Amino acid sequence: MTTLDPQSRAARRGMSDLAIRNLFIIPTILFLMIFNIFPLLYSLGYSFTDFRASTNAPANFVGLANYRVLLNDPFIWSNFAITAKYVIVSVVGQVVVGFGIALLLNRDMPLKGLITTLLLLPMMLSMAVVGLFWKLLYDPSFGIINYTLGLGRFEWLSNPDMALYAVAITDIWMWSPFVMLLSLAGLSAVPKHLYEAAAIDRAGAFYTFFRITLPLVAPILMIAIIFRTMEAFKTFDLAYILTSQPTTEMISIRLYKMAFQEWQTGMSCALAYIVLITVIAITNIYVKYLNKVKER
Amino acid sequence: MAAVQSATERSLNKVAIAAVLIITLIFLAPIYWIVSTSFKPRNLATTVPPTVLFEPDMSPFVKLMFRRSQLREQPTPEQYASAPWWERLVYDGGEKIVRDGRGNIQLSAYPDRFMNSLIVAITSTVLAVGMGTITAYGFSRFKVKWEQDWLFFILSTRMLPPVVVAIPMFLMYRAVGLNDTHIGLIILYTAFNLSFSVWLMKGFIDEIPKEYEEAALVDGYTRIEGFFKVVLPEAATGIAATAVFCFITAWNEYAFALIMTRRDAQTAPPFIPSQVGSGLPDWTVIAAGTFLFLLPVAIFTFLLRKHLLRGMSFGAIRK
Repeated sequence: MTTLDPQSRAARRGMSDLAIRNLFIIPTILFLMIFNIFPLLYSLGYSFTDFRASTNAPANFVGLANYRVLLNDPFIWSNFAITAKYVIVSVVGQVVVGFGIALLLNRDMPLKGLITTLLLLPMMLSMAVVGLFWKLLYDPSFGIINYTLGLGRFEWLSNPDMALYAVAITDIWMWSPFVMLLSLAGLSAVPKHLYEAAAIDRAGAFYTFFRITLPLVAPILMIAIIFRTMEAFKTFDLAYILTSQPTTEMISIRLYKMAFQEWQTGMSCALAYIVLITVIAITNIYVKYLNKVKER
Repeated sequence: MAAVQSATERSLNKVAIAAVLIITLIFLAPIYWIVSTSFKPRNLATTVPPTVLFEPDMSPFVKLMFRRSQLREQPTPEQYASAPWWERLVYDGGEKIVRDGRGNIQLSAYPDRFMNSLIVAITSTVLAVGMGTITAYGFSRFKVKWEQDWLFFILSTRMLPPVVVAIPMFLMYRAVGLNDTHIGLIILYTAFNLSFSVWLMKGFIDEIPKEYEEAALVDGYTRIEGFFKVVLPEAATGIAATAVFCFITAWNEYAFALIMTRRDAQTAPPFIPSQVGSGLPDWTVIAAGTFLFLLPVAIFTFLLRKHLLRGMSFGAIRK
């Protein structure tokens, strides 16, 4: 960190450093407090009531009833289970595909820069808008996926057993590039002399990979994994747009429906808090890793 | 790797390069399909087997821009002949462009939604990057008590699930009449991007040697002048990269827009999927809308390519 000496002669003219610092920092903090923290306190209050935003009926205090109902509701637990399954399938898929492509790309090849940028394109695009188009790609009768793979009239999105995997495949397409991008950074930081030493020792490809490549890339790969886990846990756009199967109803979708379709405002605020606590836990792990990698 | 490559290594390399090329084609296939569908006449969009080679047609873009209705009766030959080329394309598809009582052509909802996306994304980007840059400067150059904790607080606001924040925001906006307004959405996107912009800009400003400003101070500049005349020009690349990232995030955002807007301030991401209602959607028009919507982001991705790693890791990995 660079810090100017506040006592320096020149700095004393004009506004004081303290004034500048406060002027520069405080508005941002206030802005975030008002538009992020205050709403959360507001909804914490509602989470103890039976408030419904669709009626004019006043909110009644119900204590912890909402939380008790939610935690005892088997459907909510199945929403969490679906979310967990989705997170595992999609993150594992992204790591395998993303890290795999990074290993292939990590060599001298013509047009490497262009190819890398082209591969990164999917993750920059809008999940909702591109996700929508996958509906056409998955279409059982005229979708190009079935046609290319010769699957006949295989049902993807309207098949309850397949829909979650279909959403995950789209997610893997969009976000493997992210894992690839971070893996490439990790791979390029592995000192070349380690490979040369391994070659002199006649180490096998497996040994080199598991003893040199993987351990050195692991911290950055870990960042990618935690970040993608967090994002997959929050998934809303893609699944909401692609299907409406009960088997793809992840927790964010359940929350959205509860709040804005069933208008169970108080109950949804309580569910929002349960989700929030989970996210904060994952965020904490993420930031710890981020700081670890930063220090290197 | 090693200067001397064995024959197996060289052939392995060739296999890897071939694999990369195939994977790249697979990854680009969905995007290619969007672009190609947006130039197809409607009857070629959903054929079995899929149509790959065809004569490009501008009708999806014309249909995207204007309000249309089914043709009840064929236009008279004079009507058809006097119509401009783009109107003829609509006639050819069995539809006509809707006109109001005075004969003025009616635009579809798409141009409006696209404009809303532009207004909201640009304004929120300017605000987020402006505030983010000065805040990052504050954290980078001055001693701040509990600096790490504040920075963590700022980052954590970015990690909140949109639907969780949207419930109370919806109620608060409803109370003050900000639902379905540009301002309401701009505030949300500014808050969302602000944390990102602080983190990214702090990295960029940390890299500018503080000696530059000290020299300016010695030359008689005030600290504020030093910030505007020395730091900002040095940080220009970083500011541009941060702005593009913020723009893309706001441009692509879906959940807040879905919940907070209905019509007047609705942006393109919730609007485009809403066209796929019941019945058979016209995928060529949806593809045209999607293509125009994705184009700016695709261009920006190429301009940003050197900064993607940094941006996607919140400035943690700089390389």
